[in-house]
Amino acid sequence: MNPDDRKYTEEHEWVKLEDADSRQALVGITDFAQEQLGDIVYFELPEPGSTVAHLGKMGEVESVKSVSDLFSPVSGEVVEVNAALTDNPEVANNDPFGDGWLVRLVMSDPAELDGLMTAADYESYISGLS
Amino acid sequence: MPASPARDTSRLLMDRSEPGRVGAVLPPCDVPAQPLPDSALLRDRLDLPEVSEPEVVQYFTALSQLNFSIDTNFYPLGSCTMKYNPKVNDEMAFLPGMANIHPLQSSQVSQGALELLYRLQGFLGEITGLENVSLATMAGAHGELAGMLMIRAYHQARGDAGRKKVAIPDSAHGTNPASAAMAGFDVVDIPSDKDGSIDLEALRAAAGPDLAGAMITLPSTLGLFNPNIVEVCQAVHQAGGLVYGDGANMNALLGRAKLGDLGFDVAHLNLHKTFSTPHGGGGPGAGPVCAGPALRDYLPSPVVAQGDDGSGYTLSGPPCSIGRMGGFHGNFGVLVRAYTYIRTLGAEGVKAISGNAVLNANYLMQALKDTYHLPYDRVCMHEAVFSADWQKARGVSGLEIAKRLLDYGFHAPTMYFPLIVHEALMIEPTESETRQTLDSFIEALKRIDEEISSDPETVRQAPHSTPVARLDEALAARQPDLRWKPKA
Amino acid sequence: MTLPGQAQPRLSDGAFQSHYIPNTPADQADMLSTLGLSSLDDLFQDIPKGHRNPPLNLPGPLSELEIQQELGSLASRNRPLGSGPSFLGAGAYHHFIPSIVKALVTRGEFLTAYTPYQAEASQGTLQVIFEFQTMVCNLYDMEVANAGMYDGATSLAEAALMACRVTRREKVALADTLSPAYRQVIQTYCQGQDIQTTTVSAAAPDVDEATACLVAQYPNHFGYVEDLVSHAAAAHNKKALFVVSADPTAMGMFRAPGQYGADIVTGEGQPLGIPPSFGGPYVGLFATRQQYVRQMPSRLAGRTVDRLGNPGYVLTLQTREQHIRRERATSNICTNEALYALASTVYLAALGKQGLRQVAELCYHKAHYAASRIAGLPGYSLPVSGTFFQEFVVQCPVAPAEVNRRLLERNILGGLDVSDAVPNGMLLCVTEMCSRQDIDALVDALGEIG
Repeated sequence: MNPDDRKYTEEHEWVKLEDADSRQALVGITDFAQEQLGDIVYFELPEPGSTVAHLGKMGEVESVKSVSDLFSPVSGEVVEVNAALTDNPEVANNDPFGDGWLVRLVMSDPAELDGLMTAADYESYISGLS
Repeated sequence: MPASPARDTSRLLMDRSEPGRVGAVLPPCDVPAQPLPDSALLRDRLDLPEVSEPEVVQYFTALSQLNFSIDTNFYPLGSCTMKYNPKVNDEMAFLPGMANIHPLQSSQVSQGALELLYRLQGFLGEITGLENVSLATMAGAHGELAGMLMIRAYHQARGDAGRKKVAIPDSAHGTNPASAAMAGFDVVDIPSDKDGSIDLEALRAAAGPDLAGAMITLPSTLGLFNPNIVEVCQAVHQAGGLVYGDGANMNALLGRAKLGDLGFDVAHLNLHKTFSTPHGGGGPGAGPVCAGPALRDYLPSPVVAQGDDGSGYTLSGPPCSIGRMGGFHGNFGVLVRAYTYIRTLGAEGVKAISGNAVLNANYLMQALKDTYHLPYDRVCMHEAVFSADWQKARGVSGLEIAKRLLDYGFHAPTMYFPLIVHEALMIEPTESETRQTLDSFIEALKRIDEEISSDPETVRQAPHSTPVARLDEALAARQPDLRWKPKA
Repeated sequence: MTLPGQAQPRLSDGAFQSHYIPNTPADQADMLSTLGLSSLDDLFQDIPKGHRNPPLNLPGPLSELEIQQELGSLASRNRPLGSGPSFLGAGAYHHFIPSIVKALVTRGEFLTAYTPYQAEASQGTLQVIFEFQTMVCNLYDMEVANAGMYDGATSLAEAALMACRVTRREKVALADTLSPAYRQVIQTYCQGQDIQTTTVSAAAPDVDEATACLVAQYPNHFGYVEDLVSHAAAAHNKKALFVVSADPTAMGMFRAPGQYGADIVTGEGQPLGIPPSFGGPYVGLFATRQQYVRQMPSRLAGRTVDRLGNPGYVLTLQTREQHIRRERATSNICTNEALYALASTVYLAALGKQGLRQVAELCYHKAHYAASRIAGLPGYSLPVSGTFFQEFVVQCPVAPAEVNRRLLERNILGGLDVSDAVPNGMLLCVTEMCSRQDIDALVDALGEIG
């Protein structure tokens, strides 16, 4: 259920390398994360052009009665923020691994991917949580 | 269905506005008209409704009937102390000599008000054992902010400004960490132990030279009296910190223990909880700050003092006051009500409150603990905290049980607080309810538990008998609609 | 302290029985037996023994009859505003209150309800908040308003803190014509977070790049209308916010701060149907622009739909608040002044579009009549020039404290002594509650005193 084409963090974000040459990658939250949050009502995301740090705070996600920090799985420069989330944050509930992506960034150190979890690692990680 | 359009609450004031209708008539101007200022300064549009007086009364009366309230429903909302609000208290606050006096009029013509405040300072100091009191703060959180600023000023005055941390148990009200942060402190979360008390070892580990103080709710938000409270206060003091008391739960302790005796340095009281002033749908409240010797000079301004020479009562500022917390001297109308309440009860009555409030909570707890999981099975204080995890395992959440209670005519308990109890249902009956009411509430909660087996969908879809069904809070937050707008 | 009242037994057997507590000794005994306990004291065994049941030295109890007599006696030693001509304002105002305000706010369904967290059981309170938010927006011509703050002063202090969050700056510039009490409250609120407050000239405000906001009062503390256009420009040129504390009654007549580019508008709601009550409870008004809604303090009610598609109201954007965001909340405020938000909503509904304008115009004409007559008295002058609303400064021939003392001998409540700002200055307030006869009595008395 967690796609194999990307890597995962313990904070329930994923990163998917779109293009190795340009180091462009998408970042989002996992299905487990959206399930735990319930109805997502708002994202606070970094501005395009800003830089984010490896496992550093990059924003917040709000449900009706909770606020959680979002962490970037990798360091890099944000090039695009998913505009669909501004008016329809529920897209991240409905399609967290697809249309519900949060930011597109250019990674500064692709080697950081090696330190993240595979889909299989992440699945055993979350089964240990519940 | 509403009996008439004027009583139909689906139409807002602006929807019912008709040009030319007036809801109040003012006297004609009895002085010669004066020159008006430059028209550029004047307003050309004012969007207020135009409705007649009967429509205003019918509309707001119809609105009032959509509410649950203490006067109409048992309201066992944990941590909120929804007790009966005596009507005489309101009447005393509405006396023209109380309601119609100006805050800046000379003390010479407000001696009655000042004397009342002076006496109330004395009563609250006696009840808490923290004898120096400022009545200037207007809600519990307002008192917390004042108290934390006092602790900050105390350390600064001693050249000890490096104390930046405040220890707060994980069961605390959200106002505690928010107030500490507003006063410039960093919050250190202290876990609770298996008995629901503050983990003393974790507190000691956090109590270093950078500790400014701790904020402690007694009894805790689990409704439990921490038997180690004296050791908790000592641990904070030994590290050079001061202890703040959140008095939200004082209904359990009236006449049974004094915060000052136990080691607290400063505390606030919620007069709109413990001292029966009506909550008004979210205020007004009053959150007087009571201080012991270490902090009395830092109390917010003003306080009421009595002249030595018989010159009467005056407003004054403590010598190192943190300053003014509001425009005037606090929520006087609320203070008049609390004064009236304490005078009506006296020492015996005050003690009877805590005795009966705690008895009622334990009676409910005992009757329900075989049906609902009781995570901390001890004698409780003024409230009992259950978990709905047995029901959750059968597919119905605490929230749904709470909503179903509305169908039985009872206001819901506090849900999902404290945060450390899963599916928390926090029930505070207060001393005001009859045993017969408590019995029918117990019966309702047991029947809901049966419904979870026999007809779970009815519980899941509750409430069914309220003016509206379950509301879409996600929609409200995603697309905020925060005021009336003309139809496009 | 010795107060009357003795512990009179209430029952024939001598036991105390409060009329606020239904449980009788028999009830208590039965209920205790279900717990396996024999006395109320058994419930308090967790309290350390040495600290349990301390002496409690309180007077009383009193019967309701006695309490009415005692409070009546205390009240008789205060001079209510209606008992003679009164010209004191400076942040709390004597205005006409229609009878329906008290009749509606004392309905038990409003008065004895809690904060409307349980929306399905609180639609009345929630819809009132929605109406209140609408009215505050319309009064000030702003886009969003909250459910209210403690009072006008704390509302302004929270606006200053909000401006610091929005701009990520740590300095607040206060116009020198701001109420001293408001200035002090802002300083109290700012001290914890080491936010610096500076005083700037209202005539030519100096705002720099480190300043989060310029704070002005409208009309100012002395009753005069300032040039909000240039204030807004001074703030916005340095990317600071413009924060205005505005008297809601003046909004019946004068242009709204929203039309001048204000970013946050606050106000004291007391003039809107709330008795002066020696300083509280009042309600703070707070409005801002849509883009800052997530930085606002205090509650917000929003309209939504229920499971069946019918409209209804809930508290919303609660993630800003302390019960969810805890130490990172926009404010620690929880209980506010909901009942007085209701009072001002009823007041504004009753007065409506025409009534608020009439009140403002009555105040304006009466105040200007009074000012022109006083200016004609030998020894008195109006030292401040400019447009004023219902308050103005009079320079007296003798110390204002002395003037006030002698006015009070004639049962006239004079104005606020502002001699620290204006030599021998007295700030007089004239509202619709002052008849021409009252004003003429004041003028005559001042003439005799001077």
